[in-house]
Amino acid sequence: MAMLRGRGYASVNYPTGMNLGGDPSQALIHSTTMGNFVVSLSSVDVGQGLKTVITQCAAETLGLPCENVIIDTADTDTGPHCMGTFASRGTHRVGNAVIMAAEEARQVMLEVAAEELEVDAADLEPDGTGYIRLKGAVEKKIHVSEVALAAHFKRGRTISGRGIFLKEKSDPVPETGEMDPDSCQAHACTVADVEVDDETGEVRVLELHNVYEIGRALNPAIATQQVEGGAWMGMSHALFETTEPYYPLRDHGPASFTEYLIPGPADIPVQESVFLERPAASGPYGAKGIGEMTANPPIAAIANAIFDACGVRVDTMPFTPERVLRGLDALRSGDRAAESTSS
Amino acid sequence: MASQVIALVVNDEEREFIAKPGTSLLSGLRDSLGLTAAKRGCAQGGCGACTVLVDGKAVLSCLLAVETINGATVRTLEGVAADGQLDEVQSAFLDGFATQCGFCTPGMIMAAEALLDRNPDPGEDEVAEAISGNHCRCTGYRPIMNAIVDAARRRREARAAAGAPARVSEEVA
Repeated sequence: MAMLRGRGYASVNYPTGMNLGGDPSQALIHSTTMGNFVVSLSSVDVGQGLKTVITQCAAETLGLPCENVIIDTADTDTGPHCMGTFASRGTHRVGNAVIMAAEEARQVMLEVAAEELEVDAADLEPDGTGYIRLKGAVEKKIHVSEVALAAHFKRGRTISGRGIFLKEKSDPVPETGEMDPDSCQAHACTVADVEVDDETGEVRVLELHNVYEIGRALNPAIATQQVEGGAWMGMSHALFETTEPYYPLRDHGPASFTEYLIPGPADIPVQESVFLERPAASGPYGAKGIGEMTANPPIAAIANAIFDACGVRVDTMPFTPERVLRGLDALRSGDRAAESTSS
Repeated sequence: MASQVIALVVNDEEREFIAKPGTSLLSGLRDSLGLTAAKRGCAQGGCGACTVLVDGKAVLSCLLAVETINGATVRTLEGVAADGQLDEVQSAFLDGFATQCGFCTPGMIMAAEALLDRNPDPGEDEVAEAISGNHCRCTGYRPIMNAIVDAARRRREARAAAGAPARVSEEVA
């Protein structure tokens, strides 16, 4: 009896968004009296970090610090329309809409600043710290809070902007099947190192090495967390999770998502994650979606690593000790027909 | 059975509230005392998001009938940075980006506080065991485990520099 080591590899191409019957998201942005910019959305942050990334997109476009951006979202009664948080679309769709809205608001901000400074708006630029400065004469400047006050109480201007990103509906060409279903595709691969106990059938994932090409990682810390948390979920799909019973009676299996087994902190592998940044033309500052794809490649990589370790070709998730042992038994008995563990 | 007055020392303050029989400590904290850091996740002891300290031990507050601990000393996440200063565990979580959506974080931090008080220098296996009752669905656990090891180091160094005993509870005793 032995602990058998193996290495497996798998890749994924993953679409950012889908075209549905047309897939839009909208954003509205306006300045408060004190020069903070409220971004109104109905897009939902379920913990993936959308509000953080949208704050970055708005601040970058306005040329202001992130502290000047307030995200007001997830009330579909009052926010402008968003199709939702799915299909790895949030950063791409909402980011593009927010950039469009922020560009319009920035133009008004510069126009009001120009009137206050008695210069041409085209000669002004925000410096990223809260001031708007005359290009080439940096001592001539005005703070965004003064611009906002002047707009509200002196000049009767709304510093605001509207944005929408629409992925138009795309029907397949009947003759060829050709269509344009997504906005761009992200690419990734994972290499898994596993250890298989040929006595118990238990599989342990030792290491996961992830490489992701996701356009631009707008927030590298969140992107890394998404890759490694997603890889953990993939490992969980591969080895642990099922709501289907292992035994004939359904009573013996977990009946809901609160009861099934998932890997805990003692089950985690060492992970290494690398990004290749090739900005996407359609993405906000080049970003592609990264949400769903991260759970995909670890599953096939682990299956391939199990094959490399012990010769068992598992094809039904999760790769439980029982399924691995059945595969090993089949190999040992030389029963090639029963080698698949799918039965 | 009638409702009864429950008296607890919560985050160093004497608090009283009326509870029906079977009321969980979590419900008492959240619904009667307005302390919402401890989260109601699964409400059946499976996720650990409701973890608080009762007399220094990490417990699942959703499973604990509050009348059975009348008079106990309770610490929640609100009591960890009561003076507005993040402690070593919180700082290490922040610096190590050991949160993502944040729902598990209060329970993780309280489980870590209990661990560091009984073991100021835990190994990775001991950290894993200490948070094995706490689910995280975002991070894959690695940043959380790293943060707890880092917090232990920060606390050992801070307490050694201050000439304090390694365990916070030894000061009280």
